[in-house]
Amino acid sequence: MAESIETTEDQEAGAPRVAGGSWQGYLIGLVFAIILTLASFWVAGTDMIWGPGVPILLAVLAIAQMGVHLVFFLHISSAPDSLNNILALAFGVFVVALVVFGSMIIMANLNANMMSMPELMNMQR
Amino acid sequence: MSASSLTHSEVREIPLSERGPAPRNVVVSFGFWLFLLSDIVIFAALFAAFAVLSHETAGGPSGDDLFDRSRVLLETAILLASSFTCGLMSLAVEQRKLIPAASWGAVTFLLGATFVGMELSEFHGMIESGAGPDRSAFLSAFFTLVGTHGLHVSAGLFWLLVMFAQVLTLGFRPMVLRRLRCFSLFWHALDIVWIGVFTIVYLGAH
Repeated sequence: MAESIETTEDQEAGAPRVAGGSWQGYLIGLVFAIILTLASFWVAGTDMIWGPGVPILLAVLAIAQMGVHLVFFLHISSAPDSLNNILALAFGVFVVALVVFGSMIIMANLNANMMSMPELMNMQR
Repeated sequence: MSASSLTHSEVREIPLSERGPAPRNVVVSFGFWLFLLSDIVIFAALFAAFAVLSHETAGGPSGDDLFDRSRVLLETAILLASSFTCGLMSLAVEQRKLIPAASWGAVTFLLGATFVGMELSEFHGMIESGAGPDRSAFLSAFFTLVGTHGLHVSAGLFWLLVMFAQVLTLGFRPMVLRRLRCFSLFWHALDIVWIGVFTIVYLGAH
């Protein structure tokens, strides 16, 4: 996937072509994605892996597959044109992590510290 | 000397402050990328809600009772294949080849429509068997998360139809090419969200 800087005549003058990839690139991405997807479904269904390790393995496989999609399908690269996209992506990942893990930690704390409904009802009697 | 005749290393030598505004393609892709990221933040909120509520079944059916993994694997394969054909479509568009672009676009549309159809039939079966979104907090979160993804895919299908019409009436002019590029970004991003959905919702079912 060499980043080409050639232009075509009906594009704006001097515009370097946004790296569009090649069909080989898409094919490599597809193969990686298929392997990772099948691995995820296998991990979720097998008894060969120690139970508590399964969610961690699933998370690793999912993040790897998201990376494959970003690189081979969305063409996020370290090219100069793509620098702003990467910075925005980093901020997006930060917000997503904050929202998801923040909510989960707060709600787990509330669940642990608050009395359950039936107990609360008993106290009122 | 026009900028288009510069080699890559020559472009690198021009200081950043003297290169002028970024080309329109780059700006449009960046703006749409920001939209996609904010869309993913919406999904993050829905994922968080699902993760918090996934055990609150209120005595109703849990994920283990409801989800059919072979069906989900098929849905995943269909969406992944449509992502691939969407990539091939954008390659054909880059080369201004109308017939291959339209064919791959049609395949992408059919695969996407099949995916939405499978999702709708799954929803229908669940609601019929009394596991609708009103049954428990878990099911409300499930229908909101997966339904929002399905709505996005449906919107993408509609967008693809509009792009068919624009390519046929306006041809491959720069404006249409930018929209097609944004469409393929949107379609690939939906596939990324689906990775989260099948991992957390369907495979993480306890």
